[in-house]
Amino acid sequence: MSRVLVAEGVTKGFGGPPVVDGVSFALARGTITGLIGPNGAGKTTLFNLIAASLAPDRGSITLDGARIDGLRPDEVFARGLARTFQIPRPFPAMTVLENVMLAPQGQPGERFWANWLSPGAVAAEERRNRGRALEWLDFVGLAKLAGQPASVLSGGQRKLLELARVLVAEPKLILLDEPGAGVAPPLLAIIMEKIAALNARGITFLVIEHNMDLVMTLCRPVMVLAQGRLLLEGSPEEVKRDPRVVEAYLG
Amino acid sequence: MELLPVLNYLAFFLVFAGIFAVMALGLNLQWGFCGLFNVGVAGFVAVGAYASALLTGPPEPERFGGFGLPVAVGWLGAMGFSGLAALVVGLAALRLREDYLAITTFGIAVVIQLVALNAQALTGGPFGIQSIPKPFADALGTGLGWNLAYLGLVLAVLGLAWWALERLVASPWGRVLRAIREDELAAASLGKRASAFRLQSFVIGCMLMGLAGAMYAHFVGYIAPEDFLPVLTFQIWAMLIVGGSGRNAGAVLGAVLVWAIWSAAGTLIREALPAAEQARGAALQVVLIGVLIAAILVLRPRGVLGERATVSRHAG
Repeated sequence: MSRVLVAEGVTKGFGGPPVVDGVSFALARGTITGLIGPNGAGKTTLFNLIAASLAPDRGSITLDGARIDGLRPDEVFARGLARTFQIPRPFPAMTVLENVMLAPQGQPGERFWANWLSPGAVAAEERRNRGRALEWLDFVGLAKLAGQPASVLSGGQRKLLELARVLVAEPKLILLDEPGAGVAPPLLAIIMEKIAALNARGITFLVIEHNMDLVMTLCRPVMVLAQGRLLLEGSPEEVKRDPRVVEAYLG
Repeated sequence: MELLPVLNYLAFFLVFAGIFAVMALGLNLQWGFCGLFNVGVAGFVAVGAYASALLTGPPEPERFGGFGLPVAVGWLGAMGFSGLAALVVGLAALRLREDYLAITTFGIAVVIQLVALNAQALTGGPFGIQSIPKPFADALGTGLGWNLAYLGLVLAVLGLAWWALERLVASPWGRVLRAIREDELAAASLGKRASAFRLQSFVIGCMLMGLAGAMYAHFVGYIAPEDFLPVLTFQIWAMLIVGGSGRNAGAVLGAVLVWAIWSAAGTLIREALPAAEQARGAALQVVLIGVLIAAILVLRPRGVLGERATVSRHAG
């Protein structure tokens, strides 16, 4: 299996001891990898490093063989690496549909002059874009709310909107930061089902999650992060049995 | 009451309202659609006014310019120079966080005003620039006919700016601006290069302010540094807040409303106060507009019109 993402010796500190300390791992294409660990282990910081919201102090991150550390977040997204946030960040005053229509890359209408010089091409692209956005909204079950401002969505719906928003850009790798946190059980089942369906279509996932049901059901393999270091990687069963994991959680 | 003076005053009033509306539209593009806190409006208006005055005015041995160019060239030049000023300021300041952008733009506006006041060889110093050409004045004189013609010109520019902005904010370009206003980090995580869009929005907004400055200069016929004090920035902000930021109609409505209240208050103060107290009384205008802003923020926090749910016109 080829490797989509490779991290080598990634280290990041904020003045004190490193929050992420020499982390190395590789994501195999087509997998759903779980990333678990106690609070403060550095999971979200690791996400921010991969998605280029932060630059690592040391180490390298490559996506399909090309270095992505040191790029801007928008450049990383343009290369097919998308992320969602632990606390969803929809654009509240924009409609659900517009939230999704924003995400596709290389839209001609985003260039100032194209709107004046080739309005026909812009309009045609917008029609296609709208169609695709509605398809993905339908996929996550939010099509009925397409015309509503995103501010009306519940916490779980916001997570689904974030998912639709990155899906429309057709990424190859998606980082999900706690897709199950604060989501009502029926919606959680839907979210899990959607992740599995997308994975079946070939999208690779890296998932931070505390909900062990979700981790045990979806994630192969699971990586455990504790105090900024990668403790172990294995199947959910192996991880569950390993005494070091229990120790890390109980301190 | 005679009709002619009333008509004349009405034309005069509307020309100013129209010029302010263009400034407010520029600010709306920056703040209303992109969340850029520009408190240096007066500075960019001044750059436009002086640029057009110098480009079109008659040669003056005492100072730099007049180049005697056509007024249309002056207006384009006004947009060019204010855009250039915005580009320089924007490249430096748009990296900063919101509050720093505010301090920087405010400082820049004060510096521009001080340059206008002191760089006598360029700007004419405290006396400013006189005899700025009035377009079509040869044919129409300077009476009511000219006022009405100029009003037509201002309304045409306003209409054009309105049309262009409505089209832009309903385009994918405008959608990115609104996303950046809502949550810059999320917009960046969706592949939008926020700094580039912020800079474009800032420069285009400032170009409109510069154009409005040029329209002001050619209407009044002379400009001086005191025309571009921070109170002008305050007025434009008041217009945008009162009318409803995030909506072009709000910016225009706010310009008319606030300018009407400002003018009425000015007249009232002139009539009611003895000559010795007028200078101090003028401060009441600012107080009144301040009270109006406070009232609007309490009663209609999104302004008289407020933002409508803008959907890309292709998505509607």
